[in-house]
Amino acid sequence: MLRRFIAIVLFLASPTFAFGQEPALPAGLETTSQENIDEPSLPAGLESPEPALPSGRGDEEEREQEAIKRDRRAPVLPVTGFLEARIGPRLQEDPNEGSFTTGEARLRLETQWEPGEVVVRVVGDGVFDEVVDRRNPSLETGEGAFDLREANIVWRPLSFADLKVGRQILTWGVGDLIFINDLFPKDFNSFFIGRDVEYLKAPSDAVRLSIFTEFVHVDLVYTPRFDADRFIDGSRLSYFNPIAGDIVGRNFVLDPIKPDNWFSDDEFAGRAYRQIGAFEVAAYGYGGFFKGPSGITPSGDFIFPELAVYGASLRGPFQGGILTAEFGRYFSSDDPDGVNPLVPNSDTRLLVGYEKEIADELTASLQYYAQVRSDQSAFVYNLPAGAARSDRTRHLVTLRLTKRALNQNLTLSVFNFWSPNEHDAHLRLRASYKLNDEWLVEGGGNIFYGPREDIFFSQLKDNTNLFFAARRSF
Amino acid sequence: MFNLRNSILSAAMLIGAASSAFAQTEPNVQEIVNKASAAAYYQGKDGKAKVSMTIADAQGRERSREFTIIRTDLGDADNGEQRFYVFFNRPADVNRTAFMVWKHVEGDDDRWLYLPALDLVKRIAASDERASFVGSHFFYEDVSGRGPDEDVHVLLEETDNYFVVESTPKNTNAVEFEKYKNWIHKETFIPVKTEYMNDAGDVYRTYTAEKVETVEGHPTVMQSRMEDHQIGGATTMMYSAVDYDLDLPDDIFTERYLRNPPRKYLR
Repeated sequence: MLRRFIAIVLFLASPTFAFGQEPALPAGLETTSQENIDEPSLPAGLESPEPALPSGRGDEEEREQEAIKRDRRAPVLPVTGFLEARIGPRLQEDPNEGSFTTGEARLRLETQWEPGEVVVRVVGDGVFDEVVDRRNPSLETGEGAFDLREANIVWRPLSFADLKVGRQILTWGVGDLIFINDLFPKDFNSFFIGRDVEYLKAPSDAVRLSIFTEFVHVDLVYTPRFDADRFIDGSRLSYFNPIAGDIVGRNFVLDPIKPDNWFSDDEFAGRAYRQIGAFEVAAYGYGGFFKGPSGITPSGDFIFPELAVYGASLRGPFQGGILTAEFGRYFSSDDPDGVNPLVPNSDTRLLVGYEKEIADELTASLQYYAQVRSDQSAFVYNLPAGAARSDRTRHLVTLRLTKRALNQNLTLSVFNFWSPNEHDAHLRLRASYKLNDEWLVEGGGNIFYGPREDIFFSQLKDNTNLFFAARRSF
Repeated sequence: MFNLRNSILSAAMLIGAASSAFAQTEPNVQEIVNKASAAAYYQGKDGKAKVSMTIADAQGRERSREFTIIRTDLGDADNGEQRFYVFFNRPADVNRTAFMVWKHVEGDDDRWLYLPALDLVKRIAASDERASFVGSHFFYEDVSGRGPDEDVHVLLEETDNYFVVESTPKNTNAVEFEKYKNWIHKETFIPVKTEYMNDAGDVYRTYTAEKVETVEGHPTVMQSRMEDHQIGGATTMMYSAVDYDLDLPDDIFTERYLRNPPRKYLR
């Protein structure tokens, strides 16, 4: 009764209340005049007195015809892609490299064929690159005139299983540009010269089986022959080489011994995940090799030591943002006790991150990452005389700011990696603008800094670069 | 004294009687708004539409977006929890990008974005419902619906065709408008026009339903437009291939289908 009374009072009071804010016109007059001006005319389909179609049949037939017409117009094998020109000057002289980190024209073509329940997909890039002057395509390293990004078949053998076979891009884990349990190949050359972030992921030649049950979803990835990272080898970017004891480049192009026997030098990766409330939890496992040439044989050859990893991750909403956490335990199977200074030691890696929209179209994210050596005393005890000693833990902090403006056509982004204890850092700047639906232009820079030349980011100091690109999508 | 109290009492009783009579013939304003929300966002137990969006900026330059949107109402409940899956076709640089929303009645929605070139499933913070959807003049909330309980509604007037309702937000910090006025079609409960007003009382944003068709018995907006008088320009959304009650399995709205799109339902 009381509620009804309040409703009535509110109802009676409302016209005065609503128009009390516009004192220019007397309340009563405005109501009438506004009604006439403001009242929308009925949209097509609602005009009275014409009644709505009783069953809607007419509309449906029309739509079916439209759909048939549309299907006829669609080509059997639609080809999409883009054409891109990109140039990347170094900001300083690099005694070991040329003046540019990149100068390339790239034609991306992709097509998808869907016979029945199967999807066949092929994506490839034709590349003309002036910096690494090599035309012979290498399907593994992606250098040369052709880079095959995807060539795979997807089908659903059972209602609860998906299978993807062939060359594919694979990603999991919750880090933002930090990967702990994602041991699929990365392309660090592309990442550090400012190519689109999609090129940070190098393709895998693998079989992915996904199984979906009520309780848990499982992904199993088998790579019959080891897929290494597209690591920095000196041909494009200069790097610190521990054998040379110095920063080198084209004068010392890394040529490691890669495990390359089919079905024996293979990789297994697995993930089990599910949602608990709004949070996604996952457990991971990996058996294979360090993805970069991080080991050295006594005879001085670079190798990819064996590696086993297990870990877990968590991701979900927290205080209006997204909270992420991930850890991974890395076992260096070729040096389980950490006594061989030529092979990486076992370690534990962990990450905590938080991302939030802090203002209109402005997103900030902060991550803390730590890499903790499992047995520091074994590491110190076995260090060769004169070798640089490093802290037990490598701390790393990342900050990302992304601002979108002009109807989201302009994107400005800053991403900074910085190690508070090893003092190396990598600043990534990017501005991209969509001129229209087809054309995108972008520019940015990759700045590496830090006092030491043997640490991850600061070894790349001479590669500090700008980049400019124009892309037409079709 | 005694008489005065009596007359006040009888006057109050009279008003009470009048109000109950009124309530029986006229729907309560919250009911109208609930029905409007159900008509705009909850037709059928699930649904699908292809959307062609044209975004014109203040200078008249046009951009387009083409996507398919599929939606299910959990438990087929109007104004309850919903799940959305949006699959982009155009422009070419977002082709095959998928976006998923778990819309909650209480609290922030859950949002995911799948970037196919990276095979990356990204979780997106969804604190701001009133932010541009894919660079258009529509907000996320315009696409997925604003909860009918988030505002205080007042029926301003009733015309031959419309209930004219004014809505004032309960939480003024979460929105950019002071209030909005909604013309709700009396027969179908489709919101035909919405005007958003700022604190100066000026209309700065206008939504219009431009074309309505009855699809499988459900009155459906086939063309709508959002105009922003502050930033300039307008976005038009044209719907086609609308279908209801597809019996969508709930697992469509999971990571499985972000990575491997439900092609059968996207045609």
